Amino acid sequence: MKVTAQPADTTLTLLLDGELDASSAVVLDTELNKPELLNYKRVLIDCQKLSYISSAGLGVFISHLQRLQDSNVKLVFYNMQEKVFNVFEILGLDSLMTIVPTEQEAQAA
Amino acid sequence: MQDRIRISCSRQNLQQVRDFVRGFLLEAKRNDLQVNQVVLAVDEVVANFIIHANNEDASQFLDLLLVLAGPRLDIEIEDHGNTLFLPPGKAPNPDLRAYIQQGRKGGMGMALVSRIMDQVEFFERNSHTVCHLSKVLT
Repeated sequence: MKVTAQPADTTLTLLLDGELDASSAVVLDTELNKPELLNYKRVLIDCQKLSYISSAGLGVFISHLQRLQDSNVKLVFYNMQEKVFNVFEILGLDSLMTIVPTEQEAQAA
Repeated sequence: MQDRIRISCSRQNLQQVRDFVRGFLLEAKRNDLQVNQVVLAVDEVVANFIIHANNEDASQFLDLLLVLAGPRLDIEIEDHGNTLFLPPGKAPNPDLRAYIQQGRKGGMGMALVSRIMDQVEFFERNSHTVCHLSKVLT
């Protein structure tokens, strides 16, 4: 699992590459835990190369969502593969998190 | 068709487990979405055995058996550790709004397993915990 951060003005984009499981979730957790994250208006999660997510990966996003919302930072997912989106759907998380098809829509969310 | 694998109780081995289940089901020409769901269910149970039942003690090991007979898939995961781990087969539905407010990380894995598989059962055999999962694949 590789996480690449791309800061740009008021938006931070995190590109996820690989499989997010109970072993690799700590990498993402470290990234989302950085205090400077709260300086952005949006944190965009580019999921194009995210090929797998388990509950440990979902848990990382859930555990940071309230903190981001409290600081008016919008968390938006985009470019999500169908099989990864399906995992969000199984739990009903697709209705609690902002998931859009494209980067353009993510920028506008 | 059937296949088996033995892994030690390290979370580094979760990738190996997923590759094993994925390879087995793709060889059986199952669709990508359903393959991913079954891979996820197995990953969740194995991660629970590794982390919660065995405290990531790499000297302990798990045996995983996959059996596909027609559309019916049976999976048996046997924990050779000494701590019995017997969660209820049917996990309660997590209150996700509360989880978000609490900043909670865990508590969703077995709910996923329950929703994906047709049958989830934990039982004791020879002082070890065994998890049996089954699903009729479409």
